[in-house]
Amino acid sequence: MSGATAPQTVAAELKAAAEPYVEDFRTFSGNGAAAVPGWLRERRSAAMTRFADTGFPTSRQEEWRFTDVKPIARQTFHRAAAASAPDVAVRDYVVGGTDQWLAVFVNGHFVPTLSDLGGLPAGVKVGSLRHALDADGSIIEPHLARRAVAAHNPFAALNTAFILDGGFLYVPRGTALPRTVHYLFLAAPSGDGAPLVTHPRNLFVLEHGAQASVIESYAAVPSAAEYWTNAVTEVVVGENATLDTYRVQREGAEAYHTATTHAVQGRSSNCSLITFSFGGALSRHDIHAVLDGEGADATLDGLSMLRGKQHVDYHTTLEHAQPNCTSWEYFNGVFDERSRGIFNGRIIVRPGAQKTDAKQTNNNLLLSEHARADSQPQLEIYADDVKCTHGATLGPIDDEHLFYLQSRGLSTDEARALLTYGFGSEILHAVKAVDVRRSLDRIVHDWLTRRTPAGA
Amino acid sequence: MLEVKQLRGGIEGKEILKGIDLSVKPGEVHAIMGPNGSGKSTLAQILAGHPGYEVTGGSATFDGQDLLGMEADERARAGLFLAFQYPVAIRGVTNAYFLQSAVNAKRKERGLEELDTLEFADLIEARLAMLGWDDTLIHRAVNDGLSGGEKKRNEIIQLATLEPRLAILDETDSGLDIDAVQAVAEAVNKLRSAERSFVIVTHYERILKYVTPDHVHVLAGGKVVMSGDMQLALDLEARGYDWITNGVAVG
Repeated sequence: MSGATAPQTVAAELKAAAEPYVEDFRTFSGNGAAAVPGWLRERRSAAMTRFADTGFPTSRQEEWRFTDVKPIARQTFHRAAAASAPDVAVRDYVVGGTDQWLAVFVNGHFVPTLSDLGGLPAGVKVGSLRHALDADGSIIEPHLARRAVAAHNPFAALNTAFILDGGFLYVPRGTALPRTVHYLFLAAPSGDGAPLVTHPRNLFVLEHGAQASVIESYAAVPSAAEYWTNAVTEVVVGENATLDTYRVQREGAEAYHTATTHAVQGRSSNCSLITFSFGGALSRHDIHAVLDGEGADATLDGLSMLRGKQHVDYHTTLEHAQPNCTSWEYFNGVFDERSRGIFNGRIIVRPGAQKTDAKQTNNNLLLSEHARADSQPQLEIYADDVKCTHGATLGPIDDEHLFYLQSRGLSTDEARALLTYGFGSEILHAVKAVDVRRSLDRIVHDWLTRRTPAGA
Repeated sequence: MLEVKQLRGGIEGKEILKGIDLSVKPGEVHAIMGPNGSGKSTLAQILAGHPGYEVTGGSATFDGQDLLGMEADERARAGLFLAFQYPVAIRGVTNAYFLQSAVNAKRKERGLEELDTLEFADLIEARLAMLGWDDTLIHRAVNDGLSGGEKKRNEIIQLATLEPRLAILDETDSGLDIDAVQAVAEAVNKLRSAERSFVIVTHYERILKYVTPDHVHVLAGGKVVMSGDMQLALDLEARGYDWITNGVAVG
């Protein structure tokens, strides 16, 4: 039967698709401009070996069952050269107000002239990872690519192999940042029109008792067509520190977005990772938060709003490694037309992590009969005195809700939009920074008013 | 204002209304009473245009317009309001935001400029002052996590803000303690005017002690079996529904 051989062929194809990247890695690692300390060269090489071994994942692998990455594997993407500032108003892409430190990256490369990093408090580092590697190597070395981020995900391994630049944040002990920090990643087309790949690598480190609010956003200039963002963000939240992060994915319509976020939290720390997906043709985001100190609290929220044939896949893992930690996970997805969402929520409670309190909710609103959402909780509990709950919903807009709003004079379209907005705003309410919330509120409203014709 | 003639209809193929006649003139308050299953709520839902209910015969006009030919939202914008027996919770949307959208939907249709958030805040403040209620409900999500009494108050706030010409109250008094019934009744009395009519659908005569109706109708078996004034409601209180419904069964 041909069916028996076809998967092997695909597996072989996806493994072979790694070769151009292995080849490019030789150029990259021999390139003087990419010269970095020895420890990083070793970590890059180890990661490339891992990626070369696995190649691109196939949908036969459980973790990739619902997401077919062949469109990425079959295209040849070129590493983006340092770009000049694109001819756009960066302000238009900023999430949040003007009162923020802004680090802008174009095609993965830091662009100081577009950034605004004046007046940082003493000891605080905000900016480019590449620049920081020279001066702050001793801060970076203990954290960057040290965790097993690359072990489980070929895309994270590929990113690690090509670590060069990305957002860097360091907040020293006891310091609270008075303004939000925004790392903005803009995609712009290459001069020759070849599809580009960027590997943004972000590292956020908060020391004991530090506090910060961070936005990580991805967007494209209007002329950017097919490209691929392959990002990794590592987050280290020290003892008693508080970090709020907002991640906003607004990639171009033909873009691919693969990403891994890995957070480690110390004792009594607070970390919220709130993630929004509006863009991209295909998006996959793995989030792994480790509650690695007693009494730590993690919030992991997400909102996806998709239409057309967009696809978003969230794989989240909340790892309770120590006792008395709490985690709150709330993911909402809105899927219109032929779009598709996947949510895989894993909660691991390690032996000894007693008094764990973990709550996971995934709600999916289907605005079209052709839209689809899959939700899968995975509980792995190795302690006996814990509270773990999970729940998921899936369905269209409730007719009784619709009638209630119509009975107040709203048209069907207005009522549907308002109900969809309400569904989305459950996640918006979790955004503490008012200017960021206002900005996201506008993005949601724009999404609701720019409904494209069905089947587009 | 509202002329209902020989209205028949029901849900899921089951006919519940079997020829209802009702005539409501501007400024009048009508009470529709009746035991469980008599068709009171079905009448309210059909008049408001619930798409799940089916009209199988008869007619209903509102200010001369064919009510049954209009969608629920068109009826609302034309000045009809239904206070729900069981208002649904809309998570993530505040009452203020919802009501502003509803007020503006009505204004848009009349060619009036839409109210911005500040103008709407003034409007809602004035309406609450008229009711003598505070604004705690306004900033909460629509009916989400509200008590039964709060939900009913919320319906009245909507009524007061949207200022319909005809308000149908579907068992707004059910499940409320006497203080809450009085509060709702007081609000209705404040909203009564020569132009605005009310249809109060109720199982109990209790609310009618505070809102004196011009007409009282008793519904049984999907028909109006008796009409009268406040005295009829008092008779029902004293004697229950059996003497009427038994009569229907016999007749």
